[in-house]
Amino acid sequence: MRAFTQFVQQLYGANQSQYPDGGQAGIREMRENALALFLQKELPDKHIQGWQQSVLNKKARTDYVQKLQPDPYRPLAEYFQCRVQDLHPTVLPVSNGWFISENQTVNVDEQGVITGSLFAAIRQYPDLVLQLLAHPNLEKENGLVALNEALFNDGVFVYIPDNVKVEVPMQIVSLMNTADPLLVNNRHLIVLGNNAELSVIQCDDSIQKESTFSNNVSEIYLGENAHLHYYKTENKDAASMLLHHVFVHQKSYATFTSTAITFNAGYVCNSFHVNLNEPMAEAKLYGLYLVDKEQVCDNHIFINHAAPDCKSYQLYKGIMDDEASANFHGHILVAPDSQRTAAFQTNKNLLLTDKAHVTTKPFLEIYADDVQCSHGATVGQLDEEALYYLRTRGIGEAAANRLLMFAFANEIVQNVAIEALRDRLGNMVQHRLHGELNVCAQCMLNNNIVFPISLEE
Amino acid sequence: MLKIEDLHVSIKDREILKGVNLEVKAGEVHAIMGPNGTGKSTLASAIAGKSGYEVTQGNIWFKGKNLLDLSIEDRAREGVFIGFQYPVEIPGVSIANFMRTALNEVRKYRGLDPLNGAQFLKLMAEKQKVVELTDKLSTRSVNEGFSGGEKKRNEIFQMALLDPYLAVLDETDSGLDIDALRIVANGINHLRGADKSIIVITHYQRLLDYIVPDVVHVLFDGKIVMSGPKELALELEKRGYDWIKEEYEQGKL
Ligand SMILES: Nc1ncnc2c1ncn2[C@@H]1O[C@H](COP(=O)(O)OP(=O)(O)OP(=O)(O)O)[C@@H](O)[C@H]1O
Ligand SMILES: [Mg+2]
Repeated sequence: MRAFTQFVQQLYGANQSQYPDGGQAGIREMRENALALFLQKELPDKHIQGWQQSVLNKKARTDYVQKLQPDPYRPLAEYFQCRVQDLHPTVLPVSNGWFISENQTVNVDEQGVITGSLFAAIRQYPDLVLQLLAHPNLEKENGLVALNEALFNDGVFVYIPDNVKVEVPMQIVSLMNTADPLLVNNRHLIVLGNNAELSVIQCDDSIQKESTFSNNVSEIYLGENAHLHYYKTENKDAASMLLHHVFVHQKSYATFTSTAITFNAGYVCNSFHVNLNEPMAEAKLYGLYLVDKEQVCDNHIFINHAAPDCKSYQLYKGIMDDEASANFHGHILVAPDSQRTAAFQTNKNLLLTDKAHVTTKPFLEIYADDVQCSHGATVGQLDEEALYYLRTRGIGEAAANRLLMFAFANEIVQNVAIEALRDRLGNMVQHRLHGELNVCAQCMLNNNIVFPISLEE
Repeated sequence: MLKIEDLHVSIKDREILKGVNLEVKAGEVHAIMGPNGTGKSTLASAIAGKSGYEVTQGNIWFKGKNLLDLSIEDRAREGVFIGFQYPVEIPGVSIANFMRTALNEVRKYRGLDPLNGAQFLKLMAEKQKVVELTDKLSTRSVNEGFSGGEKKRNEIFQMALLDPYLAVLDETDSGLDIDALRIVANGINHLRGADKSIIVITHYQRLLDYIVPDVVHVLFDGKIVMSGPKELALELEKRGYDWIKEEYEQGKL
């Protein structure tokens, strides 16, 4: 048993009586089973497909602490403000792993849309929540999902009833704001009924120097013809590890569109596991990772074409500077009966230095015969001829580099459907390429944090 | 304005330019002609400062400065413009963003305030008119998917915006239909002025009907072997280059 595994076993033993259970015995049982599975699987290492290069085991520490209850309540405005202009989302705040709300109950609006803390939802709607909470086929996943299921504290619950199209985007903001080396396992559950529609923006930010380990799981259920637009971005300090495993379960005609942008972090792992369970479902996944110094970003994508006539499309792009490294692992599985599947995958990378590194691995597993499938990966430098051309017009070398890098990255940003968010992300990408952005300058926390730059200028 | 002295340029240790001498005064238009592969584009690249084009001997004086001492971008900022024979496609960079960045970098170098968005758009609309470039083209990525003729027109559009002192136009007339040729020629004539110099590299007399050159040069085997008045272009069109080749080989030039 590796040191981290041993550490988790002890941590669980010490904390288990205090883990929330929403008054449900089933949750204790779920935790027990998941722990046993984790002890057996441990953290994924080089023996697991797609994790050959992973720094996870090297980086995981054995002195993490868990917050076993939420910090005392303070009004959101005191705590957090996202000042992206013209974006007025419904904010769902999570701080140090706990949903922030005054009275620990969920909110139900006039259309029947339910939002709030996962455990509040378990208490109020146990039948609805419990049947979707435990991960189906946990034993098939790597140890990280089991780790989350054993130790999870809280998370966000969102339920959109049939036929409800939510106009206002929801923003899940996870903040880490503590002096302790925190271990956080958030569990989010997002359920869209038939014909429902929603946009979710998920932001992970931290503002402290202490090492943290977030290992989050989101389960997303999309009913027939439901449409989810999902945006994910993070801006963490170099000491943090942020892993997020998103599982999507789609019924027929459901669409899932995601744009995941990684700006900054010690270690970021974004994994999307999309199950196209019924015919005519469609998934589009866009990703951008901009890493420098010694940052590491892993992207794991698994598209499970479990039904005929589904479509999937992936476009991931990355820029690696200094000694940064990235890993793209894209797995497409087409089941024997999934005829007329269309599945496309593209991964493009720019390496700015000799020491930057990327591993890109397509993995296509196709058992049906009537399938349109393609994949392509490129690793390169900036186009010398284009740079020359820009410079002959008077643009300096650094600016020319940035112009080309922005053009490369902007292809991803352009897929953001919410205009205010697209503009802001474009702006952040531009600043990131200037090497200026250390934390999301639009987040305002109350701890006398002085942001080094202002995007308004 | 421009004085090139005994310029020798090698690419990968192969000498392409073997002692070019050329002086272009302010207000003048010069045409450079010559058979394929004799070094015309190489001359343009050497003026631009392209890497890999090693100047082994000689100088390029421009307004009192030796261009060889300047970076690629500083040459442009000093007022040198190269219209390329094969303009590069740059996906994802809009012409507007490209030109605004370029113009403001040039202005900064010259100690001028940057143009704001509105000022730039106004200027851009003005210059677009000069080369009859539609909005449809100007909002697209630089040269991406442009036809050959559209690319050349885009070069002239960029020249009009940057308003250089010296423009070196490498086969800007190739691949143009009759209307486009007239438009491009108009754009070039628009730049003409007492404080401007233009070098057109061309294979055809027809551009020179619109832009009457003061001097016509023949570049052959990496050297300017013959210079003459505008009538020389007509003669070359009629007789081809064989007689020049013969005379050159007999040591007469
Ligand atoms: N990048 C390069 N690498 C190797 N050789 C080159 C390169 N660029 C030019 N050359 C060679 O230098 C010589 C001169 O080329 P250049 O393009 O200057 O000719 P040109 O006079 O412009 O011809 P054209 O009329 O066909 O445009 C040719 O033999 C060409 O093959
Ligand atoms: Mg040429």
